[in-house]
Amino acid sequence: MDIDFITQILFAAIKTGTPLLFIALGEVICEKSGVLNLGQEGMMLMGAVVGFLAAYTTGSAGLGIFGAIFMGMIMSLIFAFLVLHLGANQVATGLALTIFGTGLSAFVGADVVGQTVQGFQPIIIPLLSDIPLLGKILFTHDLLVYVSFAMAGSVAYVANRTRTGLVLKAVGENPHAANAIGIKVLRVRYCAIMFGGAMAGLSGAYMSLVYTPMWIENMSSGRGWIALALVVFASWRIGNIMLGAYLFGLASIMHLVLQGMGWSISPNLLAMLPYVATVLVMVIISADKFKEKLLAPRSLGKPFDPRQMA
Amino acid sequence: MKFKSLLVGLGLVAGISIAQAEEPFKVGFVYVGPIGDHGWSYEHNRGREELQSFFGDKIETTFVENVPEGADAQRVITQLAKAGNDLIFTTSFGFMNPTLKVSKRFKKTTFEHATGYKRSKNMGTYTLRTYEGRYVSGVAAGMLTKTNTIGYIASFPIPEVFRDINAVYMGAKTVNPDIDIKIVWVNTWYDPGKETDAANALIDQGVDIMLQHTDSPAPLIAAQKRGIKGIGQASDMSHFAPDAHIFSIRDNWFPYYLKTTQAVMDGTYKPQDFWGGFKDDMLNVSSINTNLPIEVRAKIDETYNAIRSGELKPFTGPIKDNSGKLVIEANHTLTDKELSQVNWYIEGIKAKMPN
Repeated sequence: MDIDFITQILFAAIKTGTPLLFIALGEVICEKSGVLNLGQEGMMLMGAVVGFLAAYTTGSAGLGIFGAIFMGMIMSLIFAFLVLHLGANQVATGLALTIFGTGLSAFVGADVVGQTVQGFQPIIIPLLSDIPLLGKILFTHDLLVYVSFAMAGSVAYVANRTRTGLVLKAVGENPHAANAIGIKVLRVRYCAIMFGGAMAGLSGAYMSLVYTPMWIENMSSGRGWIALALVVFASWRIGNIMLGAYLFGLASIMHLVLQGMGWSISPNLLAMLPYVATVLVMVIISADKFKEKLLAPRSLGKPFDPRQMA
Repeated sequence: MKFKSLLVGLGLVAGISIAQAEEPFKVGFVYVGPIGDHGWSYEHNRGREELQSFFGDKIETTFVENVPEGADAQRVITQLAKAGNDLIFTTSFGFMNPTLKVSKRFKKTTFEHATGYKRSKNMGTYTLRTYEGRYVSGVAAGMLTKTNTIGYIASFPIPEVFRDINAVYMGAKTVNPDIDIKIVWVNTWYDPGKETDAANALIDQGVDIMLQHTDSPAPLIAAQKRGIKGIGQASDMSHFAPDAHIFSIRDNWFPYYLKTTQAVMDGTYKPQDFWGGFKDDMLNVSSINTNLPIEVRAKIDETYNAIRSGELKPFTGPIKDNSGKLVIEANHTLTDKELSQVNWYIEGIKAKMPN
């Protein structure tokens, strides 16, 4: 195995991990505010189809991206209204959002199945891309991959270094205390959920506009769920999320690479790798002795009603 | 107001039942994918459209797309039979058992199932000699490759796919003795994301000609992006990859749909196992890229004509599998039945059989 080949695999792992990174960044902010949104898959699919439709009709991939982000936010608003205003169960509502989004996106996109659009061309960053090894792996991607790097950086900064991050944390850990000192808990949660929706939409746009670039029913094929596991796997730390996303990316292309190299392991077994990894990580993390280190937002999944006291 | 529309409705129903005597011959189609897949289901639907325009108002065709290969299929087929269709085409391997079951319940309806092997008194099967197209693809790939490595994105480990991989290798070997073929199984007929991953993984490993046994144009799009060449599958995919596209092997189901519909209308239909290829115009080498070197284009034509005329029969012995066992005796050409049971890689393919 030569160095070029390793470079190419790592390059591909970043490409494959990027949609996971987007969606997991959105979900981690949402969860930090104490809301568990299982509707990632549905928001992602709606983002993918609307982004594709917008790019297909206008011929502009940029408009497609904005359309996808907008759609993701609208989907998340439905969710936010149900769980924040009406106090609906977060798990059930999230699942419903996924099922709704899967069905609706298939319906909306039926006419453009099999069409293709002009996606993004790779942008090779001068100087940086000349760094041996790393340059090729990190700096010869298309625009959205760089956006994902920037997003990871800014999300980490905002969550850990700013007042906004503290407010978010307060709301997620103890909404009643946050409420008592005058933080508008529901407003913060609305924003967090909508950020999650926007990122899910963006992730969908990456799939339908950059990665293939095509639209097909259910094309996210479970990435939303893997991203949910990824957030737990990373124990809600942004740095870990980035690493985890690329690890999952690597796991999901590895079976194709190994087959091409003539390994005689059953492709079905190899194709299970990312999912097996997900389950294993979940099992390890859910074991009690680790629970202390989890850093899960304490009010995660619990509805908040400002009229009630804790 | 409501009463009035009810009356109108009743009138319509009465009108329909009076008109029933001269009802058109009804043909139903069941597709596994969306008609916009630009591959398998798209071509079946094109066959249906041509059938409709050929017979005009003498027949009435309906189709159901995106039917999953499971319990739903039987419900859909039953529905079509109940709706009075005289002839029903079910167009995916997984519809075999549901079609057989429904055919036993609706004895007056004729059923035709694509790519399967089970038949009954009112159910026949039909398929394409896709290996003929693969052989020509192999010849073109063998001449055009610079790295001597062809990539093959395989769907499911079934005889049809093994047969086609062998045909590609056979064709390539005739023009390029150093040829190697890398095979990646993706376990899907249609998943552009996964097909893209597979194509990129193959290109990273030195493949410069991409062949696919899956239905989306994604591998060809990947080939175009990465500057290598590829061959379109099932349908004309040239517009997806103007530079990368060598040619497409295009399915054409209309001749069979025409023949069968006519036979059922005339009452001369007998269920059989039909294989259509170049000779029947059910398989074509279409949209050959005009930028290809002249000698490659000539060789493509020559191979196509040799297979079409029956002068060249790809699966003719002696042929050994890649473990060295003789699988086709000298001077024997595989029969259609034997072709549907190919489960070996031909001598020279380095990959091991999956599982």
